[in-house]
Amino acid sequence: MKSEPVHQGRIESPFYARQKALDTVNEWHQWKGYTAANELYCADTEYFAIRNSTAVFDLTPMTKYRITGPDALAYLDRLVTRDMTRIAPGRVAYAVWCDDAGQVVDDGTIFHLREGEYRLCSQERHFGWLQAATIGFDVTVTHETDEVAALAVQGPTSYSVLSNLGLAGLAELKPFSLMQVRFKGTDLMVSRTGFTGDLGYELWLDPARAEALWDALFDAGKLHGIRAIGTNALEMARIEAGFIAVYHEFLPADETVRSGRSRSPFELGLGWLVDFTKPVFNGRRALAEEWRSGYTWRLAKLDIEGNKPAHHSYVFAKEARNRGNIGFVTSAMWSPVCKKNIALATVRTPYGKPGETVWVEIFYQREMHWNREMARATVVDKPFWFPARRSATPPGRN
Amino acid sequence: MTEHYDAILVGAGHNGLVCAALLAQAGKRVLVLEAASQVGGAAVTREFAEEFSVSACAHLLYQLQPEVCRDLKISPPLAAENIPTIALAEDAGHVRIAGAAVEGVAAEDARQYRRFHKRMTRFARLLRKLLVKPPPRLGTRSRRDLYALARLGLSVRSLGRDDMREFLRLIGMNIHDEVRERFASPLLRGAISLDAVLGTHLGPRSPNTVLTYLHRLAGNSGRVAVPRGGMGMVPAMLAQSARAAGADIRTGTPVRRIVVDNGRVTGVETEAGEVFHSYTVVSNADPKRTVMRLVGARHFETRFVKRIHHLRAQGNAAKVHLALDALPSIDGFSDRDYGARILVAGDEDHVERAFNPAKYGEYSSAPVIELAFPSVHDESLAPPGQHVMSAVVQYAPYALRGGWTEAARQGLFDVVIETLARYMPDLEQRVVASELLTPVDLEAEFHVTGGHWHHAELALDQFLFVRPVSGAAQYAMPLDGLFLCGAGTHPGGGVSGAAGRNAAHTILNRGKGR
Repeated sequence: MKSEPVHQGRIESPFYARQKALDTVNEWHQWKGYTAANELYCADTEYFAIRNSTAVFDLTPMTKYRITGPDALAYLDRLVTRDMTRIAPGRVAYAVWCDDAGQVVDDGTIFHLREGEYRLCSQERHFGWLQAATIGFDVTVTHETDEVAALAVQGPTSYSVLSNLGLAGLAELKPFSLMQVRFKGTDLMVSRTGFTGDLGYELWLDPARAEALWDALFDAGKLHGIRAIGTNALEMARIEAGFIAVYHEFLPADETVRSGRSRSPFELGLGWLVDFTKPVFNGRRALAEEWRSGYTWRLAKLDIEGNKPAHHSYVFAKEARNRGNIGFVTSAMWSPVCKKNIALATVRTPYGKPGETVWVEIFYQREMHWNREMARATVVDKPFWFPARRSATPPGRN
Repeated sequence: MTEHYDAILVGAGHNGLVCAALLAQAGKRVLVLEAASQVGGAAVTREFAEEFSVSACAHLLYQLQPEVCRDLKISPPLAAENIPTIALAEDAGHVRIAGAAVEGVAAEDARQYRRFHKRMTRFARLLRKLLVKPPPRLGTRSRRDLYALARLGLSVRSLGRDDMREFLRLIGMNIHDEVRERFASPLLRGAISLDAVLGTHLGPRSPNTVLTYLHRLAGNSGRVAVPRGGMGMVPAMLAQSARAAGADIRTGTPVRRIVVDNGRVTGVETEAGEVFHSYTVVSNADPKRTVMRLVGARHFETRFVKRIHHLRAQGNAAKVHLALDALPSIDGFSDRDYGARILVAGDEDHVERAFNPAKYGEYSSAPVIELAFPSVHDESLAPPGQHVMSAVVQYAPYALRGGWTEAARQGLFDVVIETLARYMPDLEQRVVASELLTPVDLEAEFHVTGGHWHHAELALDQFLFVRPVSGAAQYAMPLDGLFLCGAGTHPGGGVSGAAGRNAAHTILNRGKGR
């Protein structure tokens, strides 16, 4: 019997060859089976492309599911906590989905491609859960990660770059909207979405035309500071934007073993996504109970004094450390664009309300020796970085 | 204007009737809707041939709970009680079991059986305590649940050190190993093995078949009775009691769906399109039918639906009813013996071998059988001098490969007659009329998904706190106003009424002491 050769090792994205050609540091990691760049030059340079010009990030390894069938809307509405009936065709919804215990399985974006047809994108794979959720619905869930090449084009000049490609309707495209255009004889979907908290777009197309898009894009962006970036720079941008990330701010509920290690949407600051006016959705009963009885954790954005990043720090209510810790930092960085020492932290309720002062215990090394510092931190309400251009429509040309 | 009730029962099986009666006794305005033309669900007596009647599904009474009879003030008339069991031998060396006593085996076996029976009865008594109460919830901090769990632990502990060890050793074990260790008589081993697996999709080597044996024993210490007028007499009395308490019972009124509005149950709609309003709907139907068909999966959350979807509920027992112009002759039988519960199971391996084909979607070519001639005790079931035989035949899988075609049905029927003819050589000549009910027929007639007696397989992973599924084992379903009261809930099947009674108590105690 003749057998088909099975692909071994990491998968190369359709943009791999183009990235490899630009790569100067050979820093790669594995992302859901794909090989993905940590950095191509250096994280700081790439970060400044996000904030000052245009950054291009290969999004292909992101998990994508196509959801179709007569019950697609009813299915998604039961799956996620927010009201999906309000998401019109051509719109994108940021959503979170829970198990029956109201614990977050993952967050992601749901693209209403056309009437009754959706794409759900997330960091992690969830085919088993999505498939289980189809019982009783006339709906088909198709895993299409490998069938769709995707690029994030983010930064203040991204609108100008894409305008140069001559994409009709781009000026009117609002945040969390998508449009279908023709590009070099192929269908190209453009959505005004991203993970940087800045002006930006995501492009979706047939992997066979991926390189053509890449080339056209870099050609169009030549005079707009276009630069390919890796995951490290993106990670900096998402912390500034105050976005949560799986394995940092939460674990998928189905992967936790110990009780109390999963999180509800309320505990992740996503209460605004929970719509109790819906009669049924996964986790509703448990979340309603949690809403009545109170939840354990709160996601706090911290503005910390000093300039030493509070990586892995404990959070305390009082400066004196022996008064018991109230939580821990999950993501931390010195924000170049905000000129602030920022962090996302998981803090036990009732602590962590905006405006409160807490203390973080920062350890840092100077010539091998460790030092400890208790730094004052203020809990802030708004994202650290939220420029007006992120939502301006039409965006300005730069 | 739709009529409003305090509670609507979907299905008038015996559990539904018990639940309805108790709710009505508590002053609730109760409506019971039954699809069939008579009440009783799987506990009915009906004609299967002209002038021959039989208990169409359940045919022997061994689990009706005294608490149920007491609460409903009924005492069903029995045509015979405490009937013995006879394991048939081809050479007339039958083994007769009555309570703790066995005849037809070596003295050592008889002594062993007495000890075995004593211990099993003791364990069954412990189990019985659990059956008549809603199971405690796991993983909560509710004082009532924690107290109930502690009591459960305590009652196991109070068996004493040796018996507790033995109980914990046995409870997950298979009956095959247990009978092999204890008894020399193949017929005795076969009889106990068959009792452990009757009505289940399990063989004697399957895990937790000691538990299923105990479950059977727990009902009434293993005492078997034949109600006068067939099994249908029991639900008829239950219905009478429920009506006396004020319940409105309507037969021939199938329910099309349970109506859900804005995340809670608001009533039911019948096949005829009539809508009845109630904020409490109690389903006597099996969990799968209730969730997937009557309510609809989309009204529940994913994990719960998945668990219900995976609930094991495929029946493996067929019923054969024979109308006989006279009792067949059985070598070595006295007249009294025909009143016994009769088993065809050569030994434990015969039972297991009979199960083997069922694993692969085939029926047994050498089935094991539990049968009775109820007309011996109750002349109303057949014309004078004539008789009926009611037999449970295992194994006949619900999902038969190729389906239950006419040929397959004939094939199984022939195998049954052939098997019985070895003990009753003149059986074929005696048969006036016959009926075969495969699990598919049982599903169609009694509206039980998979045609499973217990609505859901009796197994440790579908037992007590996790029956029918984890997170929904206390009769209340995760949909406001919806309850289950049938065999798919704790403590399972058998005409016991315990599930219906527990459900009624749960409904009446809502909001108290949590």
